Amino acid sequence: MDANPDANARDHFEVNMSTATRKRRVIPGFGLTMGFSLLYLGFIFLIPVGGLLLYTSMMSWEDFWRAVSHPQVVASYKLSFSASLIGASINLVFGALVAWVLVRYSFPGKKVVDALVDLPFALPTAVAGIALVTLYASTGWVGQYLTIFGIKVAYTQLGVVVALTYIGLPFVVRTVQPVLEDLEAEREEASASLGASRFTTVRRVILPSLLPALLTGYALAFARAVGEYGSVVFISGNMPYRTEITPLLIVAKAEQYDYPGAAAIGTVMLIAAFLLLLLINGLQWWTQRRGL
Amino acid sequence: MSIEIDQVNKRFGDFVAVDNVSLSLNDGELTALLGPSGSGKTTLLRIIAGLEQPDSGRIRFHGQDTTDLHVSDRGVGFVFQHYALFKHMSVFENVAYGLTVKPRSQRPSKAEIRRKVMHLLEMVQLDWTADRLPSQLSGGQRQRIALARALAVEPRVLLLDEPFGALDAKVRAELRRWLRRLHDEIHVTSVFVTHDQEEALEVSDRVVVMNKGRVEQDGSPEEVYDNPANPFVYEFLGNVNLFHARVQDGVARIGNLNLSAPEYAGQRESRALAYVRPHDIEVLGERREDALHAQIELVSVVGPTVRLELRTDNSENVVQAELSKHRYRELGLVQGGDAWIRPVNSRVFLEDGELQAG
Repeated sequence: MDANPDANARDHFEVNMSTATRKRRVIPGFGLTMGFSLLYLGFIFLIPVGGLLLYTSMMSWEDFWRAVSHPQVVASYKLSFSASLIGASINLVFGALVAWVLVRYSFPGKKVVDALVDLPFALPTAVAGIALVTLYASTGWVGQYLTIFGIKVAYTQLGVVVALTYIGLPFVVRTVQPVLEDLEAEREEASASLGASRFTTVRRVILPSLLPALLTGYALAFARAVGEYGSVVFISGNMPYRTEITPLLIVAKAEQYDYPGAAAIGTVMLIAAFLLLLLINGLQWWTQRRGL
Repeated sequence: MSIEIDQVNKRFGDFVAVDNVSLSLNDGELTALLGPSGSGKTTLLRIIAGLEQPDSGRIRFHGQDTTDLHVSDRGVGFVFQHYALFKHMSVFENVAYGLTVKPRSQRPSKAEIRRKVMHLLEMVQLDWTADRLPSQLSGGQRQRIALARALAVEPRVLLLDEPFGALDAKVRAELRRWLRRLHDEIHVTSVFVTHDQEEALEVSDRVVVMNKGRVEQDGSPEEVYDNPANPFVYEFLGNVNLFHARVQDGVARIGNLNLSAPEYAGQRESRALAYVRPHDIEVLGERREDALHAQIELVSVVGPTVRLELRTDNSENVVQAELSKHRYRELGLVQGGDAWIRPVNSRVFLEDGELQAG
């Protein structure tokens, strides 16, 4: 996903589209690449999603409603979306901080830290889930100290948030990092020379420039968290009404050969996630119009 | 507000950027720091601004030591080569920025900010752009906004780092005349950095020529152009021809030519270089005893002036001469033809290693 597509570029694109029939392109290959992209997206994305929707549409409305509005399912929506939003929000703050440190300071081991950021991508999520449980269980390395303060992580909703935060970490860091690298120091110097304190410079000059990238990272981290399964099932304990996430319910239903039920819940998730991503993209579009 | 630079040094690793520079800039003057890239002029400017800390030495504004004062407390207006406008703010918000970040007790009222910003925008003739974004303006307009933004906080000194460096030739020439007029109106002590000698000579009250972190010469534009202190300044300020000469007792000899060099009276015979500007070479169409024979290799007409490239009989180097088109026609010179040249104004410097014995 492009963090900051230029609005002008889009306009040009549209102009090109309208004249495409009359004019030969300077750089050829539009037909070929566009055709391939559509085919590729079709096989990889549209057909599976279309199949899901088709399958769901074959259910009667009553069956559909019964499947998606069962209190156990509703509880899982609440947990899935709220934990994903919280996890993405945590990543928004701390991911930005990590990106800042990686771009602005040099310290021994910087390259290693930089590589570590991508680890949640590479590590199988089940391994991550087991590792998190081992750490945060009430007898684990971290968990035993948290228990003293009465904080329980493993097998609670907090555990779900921890797992979803872990898997979303790279997104904000990796989207903010390049934008931060391109941010000219001159603008900060200009702000300082005009009498602004460091805090004011960060608040009024740096953050607004990072906003589109932050939103993109946030959207990606959120989307990833909503769909996460592997790491959460180990740490959440999967207690009905309390720590069950929606993807788990879908798998459970599929395992009981209740395919229509699984497809119905999947459809609800799909639509909800799509609407939320649309909202975040809308926010991004709005900030871009402000010339960011 | 006068600026005193007292024995300032700055190194970056092994590179000496500013080498023991002392300068004192007068109140209300517009000073140009002129030098090639890497001469330390920008570093010196940034040290004055507080964007860079000197390794040693002091900076004083009107007697007050500001060396350890943070840039945000120093009261400087800084204009960057690439404008450094805040992209997400409108032109109005950019100019108002310095006023809106003041602590609440010193912050002017909204109406007062509005009045002041609009006044500044009128001064830079861009009041109609107030609601636009910087990305909608041309380079020259952006730089004028950057200047208005710097002036909004009523800085004690105005510092400009290659302010016209990113603009094309025409806008550049316009803007520097405009800057000169603006400075005559507001009289804030200003320092600007440039590598363009024409810009420095045209705009400033005073030119400081820098090279390798040191000040080579410091004086009025006329002074440094007419009386360069050393060969570096001579070569840096405009085109110059070099003639190998021998100096003895106040006279420099180039072939059969004698140039007077009174500053070397009593000098025993030594090798020297005579520096002559192209417009200080008189070109003649006929043979004369006190002129050198040369062949015209190239004639180029640049507007009202004609530039000649000539080769003298004993010289490897091409000599450049400049004369008016009118005079050129009068002499009846042609490319490939003969000419006689005579320096009418020159400056002689002894070659390195030749002792200047009194």
